[in-house]
Amino acid sequence: MVEPEGRLLDAQGVSKRFGAVVALKDASLTIDRGEIVALMGANGAGKSTFVKILTGALKADTGHVRIRGEERRVGSPAEARRSGLVPVYQEPSLIPDLDVADNLRLGGTPVEAFQHWVAELGIEGLRLDDMIGQLPLATLRILDLARALAAEPDVLLLDEMTAALPTDLVEKVLKTVRKQADAGQAVIYISHRFSEIAEICDRATVLRDGQTVGDLPIEAGVEEKVVELMLGAALGDGPTAAGAGAATAQANTRLRVKNLSAGTKLADVSLDLHRGEVLGVVALEGQGQDELFDVLAGMIRPTGGAVELEGTPLSFSHPADAIKAGMTFVPGDRADGLLMERSVRENLALPLLARPGKWGAIRMREEARRVDDAVDRMQIDRRAMGEVQRLSGGNQQKVTIGRWLASGVDILLLFDPTRGIDVRTKRQIYLLVRELAEQGASVLYYTSELAEVPAACDRAAVIFNGRLVDVVEAADADEQTLMRAAYGLSAAEAVPA
Amino acid sequence: MNRLIAKNGWVLGLVALLVALFVLTRFIQPNFGASGLESLARATLPFAFATAAMAVVVIAGGIDLSVASMMAVAGVTAAVLMDGASDAMAVPLVLLVLGIGVAMGALNGALIVVTRVPDIVVTLAMLFVWEGVALLILKAPGGAAVPWLREMIVGTVIFPWLPKAFVVLVIALAVIWVPIRRSKLGLSIYAIGSDERAAYRSGIAIGRTRIAAYAICGLFAAMGGLALTFSTGNGEPIPGPYLMASVAAVVLGGVVLGGGKGALLGPIIAVFILRLVRMDLTLLSVDPNVTTIVEGSIMVAVVMLGGILAVRAGRVKTA
Repeated sequence: MVEPEGRLLDAQGVSKRFGAVVALKDASLTIDRGEIVALMGANGAGKSTFVKILTGALKADTGHVRIRGEERRVGSPAEARRSGLVPVYQEPSLIPDLDVADNLRLGGTPVEAFQHWVAELGIEGLRLDDMIGQLPLATLRILDLARALAAEPDVLLLDEMTAALPTDLVEKVLKTVRKQADAGQAVIYISHRFSEIAEICDRATVLRDGQTVGDLPIEAGVEEKVVELMLGAALGDGPTAAGAGAATAQANTRLRVKNLSAGTKLADVSLDLHRGEVLGVVALEGQGQDELFDVLAGMIRPTGGAVELEGTPLSFSHPADAIKAGMTFVPGDRADGLLMERSVRENLALPLLARPGKWGAIRMREEARRVDDAVDRMQIDRRAMGEVQRLSGGNQQKVTIGRWLASGVDILLLFDPTRGIDVRTKRQIYLLVRELAEQGASVLYYTSELAEVPAACDRAAVIFNGRLVDVVEAADADEQTLMRAAYGLSAAEAVPA
Repeated sequence: MNRLIAKNGWVLGLVALLVALFVLTRFIQPNFGASGLESLARATLPFAFATAAMAVVVIAGGIDLSVASMMAVAGVTAAVLMDGASDAMAVPLVLLVLGIGVAMGALNGALIVVTRVPDIVVTLAMLFVWEGVALLILKAPGGAAVPWLREMIVGTVIFPWLPKAFVVLVIALAVIWVPIRRSKLGLSIYAIGSDERAAYRSGIAIGRTRIAAYAICGLFAAMGGLALTFSTGNGEPIPGPYLMASVAAVVLGGVVLGGGKGALLGPIIAVFILRLVRMDLTLLSVDPNVTTIVEGSIMVAVVMLGGILAVRAGRVKTA
């Protein structure tokens, strides 16, 4: 096959499985000299797997990646670099314990070119003997980009480059990237921000369920089409809202979050969580939801704002304080919340015993009764009671949530509880959560799957770029509405030019 | 200048501690002088090489529990081969033993990289393997060292107060470590210890770098074994107390367990500090059991103090 003149990267028919899970089915991407192409896809569309294959961190099962018409069998990031594709990843990839100069030597980056780009991108007063570990995150992102630019790559891949940057630096980055493209470089641009994509990109390639489903030129109104492509057939067939608790939950605020900011991401978020309510949190990856949950669970301290429980201000200096106040955090990573080597019984009983301030003899009979009750109600697989680690992921998650059924809970913070769980178990988890709410618990429910919101929640709060952008009733929360909101596009807003 | 002090604060602190200890030693033992210095340096030499060996793998984010056993293998191999060997044969034999050290270390590293079994488990297993190998080579202390090699580390050179053992140590470490430290390999060793993912993304071959770090560790361990055999004049198949001593000196020397931070200079100064403390306590005829308590306390106190100072410095910076 003869490549068109100026085609720098051509990936076709790329697929990748992890065990039984198909991460990519048929992904493709082309990019010509001087182009900026946005690579887009909802959570779980296979974007990050595709990026890893393009950058050589993973090997594709089928398909090919050609750079400048040359077939590439990439085994490592180093090789991808040599073939002319240089990535800037989401997280800094500089070595924290080495200084700037050593980091440059490590990657063979020419120092003068690097310093030129650092100045161009608006970072002043950087010294080559500054230790990387002591520089602020925003500076590190810029140094990553400057290092990539100094390598004069044919194809530059920017993965959420602007996520951690203040606005003035974002502007500089966008301008610089556009200028480079105009000078003939090709750029793959990954971002959750439509405004940036509209500003600098030429085309958008959309992934859904591991397949490339569209390749559109950027023009007025393209956001709508992109959102449609990202959602695909899933549009509009979500289950109806549970809504049972919604009516009774009104006007009975238990937890009030006021103007909360934390870390570099979360800025000025206010939320009310009612008694008996399941409040969904919807956000793309890394929009500040992690920080929100960490603050409420007492793991990090907020930099501003307040959290009130029944009108009383709270301040946590340790997760134990949050637990005492009745906040129960179930982390997204199940291994964080369970004793994997211990039995289901012990795991279920743990919160009963581990109440702060409760010592002394355990009332065995009472405990056994409650645990048996919980096992029945949750339909936990009884064959593997001995060790939690032998349960399936879904059953493990039922244990992490179900333990609160046994012991009672006031406020439950669920962080993406159904990630990687089969449909049947998901249903059971929705029912569990609903049951807890009916017992009077208030549940804050972050999910990376938009379709869950109507099924599991009463209302949904949408966070974008660290800010609360919308609160919608679950009944109205079809995926398109949520997706638009999650990308920071309000229904009324004009398309950014 | 301030930055220089900030960057090397730990080493400067250790130097100050060492100087203070020398002053204290003069106070305890007014006739402590050239000969005392010489015997201190000679006694410290195998400890120093063991520490250098350990420091390299700890900087790379690993640990090697088989350091003392590898020293024993190198030491007895040298003692057996040199028994009756001519002066001229000594040089190729020394190189052979160093080569064996590199091979032992590389094998440790390769096992860790290939099997993906945690380093602490692999090297614990290899501790027993190398111990057995050493006993197979030599059942009981014996063998011999070529006399001129012994003279290389016994006595003083140039100045009457400059121990040969110290000069040998400095030269050996400088010849091996300085070029590595300045090469891409050295940076890569720091890089994988500091942040393995970032290192991978920067295009570093993680596996090869790790094997190289363990190979360098094996090389230093072999030097330690040779130093031991040269200074005693025979081979000792049972490993000495070098494993825990080397970990102690590495930690005291400012190398963070977990990797990425520190250098060789700090641990080498630290090893002299720990030996000197022991010597002072012996001079004061303190119960040897109390000696180990004091050594342990010093470690905890110094590392804790360093942590507190680092936190202070960090606060000032962010404020």
